[in-house]
Amino acid sequence: MAFAWRSRVCALRHCSITGAPGCGPGAKGECGTNNPNAIEVRNLTKRFGEVVANNKVCLSVRRGEILALLGENGSGKTTLMNMLSGIYFPDEGDILVGGEPVVIRSPRDAYALGIGMIHQHFKLVDVFTAAENIALGLEGGPVIDRRALARSIREISGRYGFDIDPDKKVYDMSVSEKQTVEIIKVLYRGADILILDEPTAVLTPQEADRLFAVLRSMRDDGKAVVIITHKLGEVMALSDRVAVLRKGSYVGSVETAQTSPQALTEMMVGRAVALDIDRPEVQRGEERLKVVDLTCISAEGVTMLDKVSFSAYGGEILGIAGVAGSGQKELCEAIAGLCPVQGGAILYAGQVGGVEVHENLVGKSPMEIIKKGVALAFVPEDRLGMGLVAGMDVIDNMLLKSYRGSRGPFVDRGPARALAQQVVDRLAVVTPGLTAPVRRMSGGNVQKVLVGREIASSPEVLITAYPVRGLDINSSYTIYHLLNEQKQRGAAVLFVGEDLDVLLELCDRILVLCGGRVSGVVDARWAGKEQIGLLMTQTGKGDAQ
Amino acid sequence: MTENAKTAQREPLVRIVKRGDITAGKVWLIRALAALGAVLTGALLILALGHNPAAVYGQMIVGAAGSKIALVETIKIAIPLLGAAVAIAPAFKMKFWNIGAEGQIMAGAIAASYFALFYSQSLPRPLLLGVMLLAALAGGALWGVIPAVFKAKWGTNETLFTLMLNYIILGFEQYLQNGPWKRPSSGGFPKIAMFDEAARLPRLFGVHIGWVFVLLLVIGMTIYLRRSKQGYEIAVVGESERTARYAGMNVGRIVVRTMLLSGAVAGLVGFLQVSGANYTLTENTAGGIGFTAITVAWLAKLNPVVMVFIAALLAVLQKGSGRIQTEFLIPASASEVLTGIILFFMLGCEFFINYRLVLRGRERKNGQSD
Repeated sequence: MAFAWRSRVCALRHCSITGAPGCGPGAKGECGTNNPNAIEVRNLTKRFGEVVANNKVCLSVRRGEILALLGENGSGKTTLMNMLSGIYFPDEGDILVGGEPVVIRSPRDAYALGIGMIHQHFKLVDVFTAAENIALGLEGGPVIDRRALARSIREISGRYGFDIDPDKKVYDMSVSEKQTVEIIKVLYRGADILILDEPTAVLTPQEADRLFAVLRSMRDDGKAVVIITHKLGEVMALSDRVAVLRKGSYVGSVETAQTSPQALTEMMVGRAVALDIDRPEVQRGEERLKVVDLTCISAEGVTMLDKVSFSAYGGEILGIAGVAGSGQKELCEAIAGLCPVQGGAILYAGQVGGVEVHENLVGKSPMEIIKKGVALAFVPEDRLGMGLVAGMDVIDNMLLKSYRGSRGPFVDRGPARALAQQVVDRLAVVTPGLTAPVRRMSGGNVQKVLVGREIASSPEVLITAYPVRGLDINSSYTIYHLLNEQKQRGAAVLFVGEDLDVLLELCDRILVLCGGRVSGVVDARWAGKEQIGLLMTQTGKGDAQ
Repeated sequence: MTENAKTAQREPLVRIVKRGDITAGKVWLIRALAALGAVLTGALLILALGHNPAAVYGQMIVGAAGSKIALVETIKIAIPLLGAAVAIAPAFKMKFWNIGAEGQIMAGAIAASYFALFYSQSLPRPLLLGVMLLAALAGGALWGVIPAVFKAKWGTNETLFTLMLNYIILGFEQYLQNGPWKRPSSGGFPKIAMFDEAARLPRLFGVHIGWVFVLLLVIGMTIYLRRSKQGYEIAVVGESERTARYAGMNVGRIVVRTMLLSGAVAGLVGFLQVSGANYTLTENTAGGIGFTAITVAWLAKLNPVVMVFIAALLAVLQKGSGRIQTEFLIPASASEVLTGIILFFMLGCEFFINYRLVLRGRERKNGQSD
């Protein structure tokens, strides 16, 4: 079966070599079926300045099929879908809906054509009910017939198996309920082509399964469903067909039944990749960080962390799992001195030049933490908005943690330049030069610069929040390797992650957060995905230690 | 086919597309075209007023730089513009929108005038000038730091705050002029006395030595912003406060410190105005300089060295338009329109450096961009 797929890729490669990429009138292999495709794009190109986000992309989606659009971050998936939903206007190429060429200039045009997009970030009004949000922005008379509205919402819910109360306010809803409202909103407007942008990023495994069931019933109802994702497991479980983009270009599409995760990865990356993550055996060291009853309350009065207690030891990677927004961000930022703490203690134990340092980090600013000699490094989730200065070059970004070190009122850029060169060489950072703003670098290279700088300070505790989010497979493995190096050096590494497969392969132990509480700590060697998935939704105590 | 015709029609007429990297040569070509466009558009206006464009443009240059007196006057216009632009540079670099240079100039001018008016007999000249300088720095710094403290402590909006402080200090100056500081011998006119010789700045090469001050400021500010630790902190805070906090910087303290500096430099400009240019304090001492300086700073992209040229250009325009008013009896408002046209083209061309326009139907067929 893999062989069949290979020959197809060869055909496509051949196609591009002859200078006729994409699916011109000659290449009817994809679009030449009897019943017209629900939607089809031909040679669609979109540029942002020098960057070609989509290069002559061709794609078709049939009615009654779930198509997974697969590709690494930056491969142009979202750009392509934004052109279909009227957010961007293509530079070149054609879009056909039901076989007819169309021009989509705005989301309104897209709705009129029956295309509905469910974005990664929900666009709902918090103080409105589900029904009000669904009716929002619809044309029609000045009066909303609430009863008819509620009736048709129930009718849609019943048909596809949603569970929704039309009168519930959005602020009372869970993330998965909000997503349901978004989907019904699109269906209510009569969409028969649904595009979902990474819909499972915010869901627990169980919620994701429910969503998949709904999507399958929509497919059986004859709708065309496009799901954007980079999780291979979901692609295999859900889709009928997979289309792959790589660096803005269409690579090809395969029937899901005739491919494998390994083959899909090769299509995505363009060459063979080993998918196993290394977990070196290291003797567990001393306790470096002990968090006791840590409580954080946000400015709005919401309890973000509720009596969180755990320990992190040298020579281990402690994974932190949880649904997005379960307190991961607050936990990292509280330890780094960036988030006000209402109660509890964060005890640090480390060494600086042979001298023992014991500090309670609670109530200390980042500056005080640095001055006390606490060897703590933090790779925040928001790389360009917190970890780095987007408009500055690599050298000036290296200065961020060390500029105070030189004597006198002036900055000494010499050591920073040396460090920058070292990071670029050692981590194979692709950059136009040391003096180019880091904003112009790709996500993976930005992250290498950030991690490189944080590791350079030889931390005893290294906190990393979603360090591989948005990275291509190669860069992800570089980061895993660097974290393992730090573990072997004896540092305590915290790894906040979202992909359970990665957490289970890389980490030694996994702490699960749910609603700001620790719902369990499991040994990653023995734990299963289902067990962690359950812990992500319940605040009970875990059994394993 | 009709379907095709319909879709072609529905494509937007003009689309804006972001450019990628652009060669330096092309940038200067666009700027040169913009300058040409400004001159030609201005010529249309002059023609409409019934004058010969060549003659009017010629007189503008003669008026601004045709004689030593004209040149001195032009430089006198450029000095405070450049000084005030340098003053707001660190604040703008920090993305603290200091619209209050006008008020900070006035605060410095009032502080300096106090010593000029009441201590000119009792202090020797160098000491008097020194005290006036320090007073001006302190006055400007005070007027600059107030909004910074409020921003750091309570997150107030600095744009409105600095703007409003301009009117307060202007009102205070009018009070002084009409009341306590009014010259008794000026009859009914509320005027403040001219400064004594001792309180006037000396001249160097025919212009008051303020030009030396501002050129030193340009060099000092360039080094401060590029090389100092404080300048680095300003740049980081301006890019992202979150990053600054992450790096252990005390953002509030940096904001306050930077506005002390920004206000002090603006106060120095006030000192140069009263002691070097006007020899007295009036309600026009600041005279919009603090606002025009924002244009200078932006056009120079906050680079103090480039500000020298921008300030000089604006001074030439201002002086030259004064000349054509008297020479051709062109109304003041018309010559302001002329200045506006030139600025509009110069600012507008930056858009075409960053973006290009795509007309309907272009690029979609051949798929090739220029």
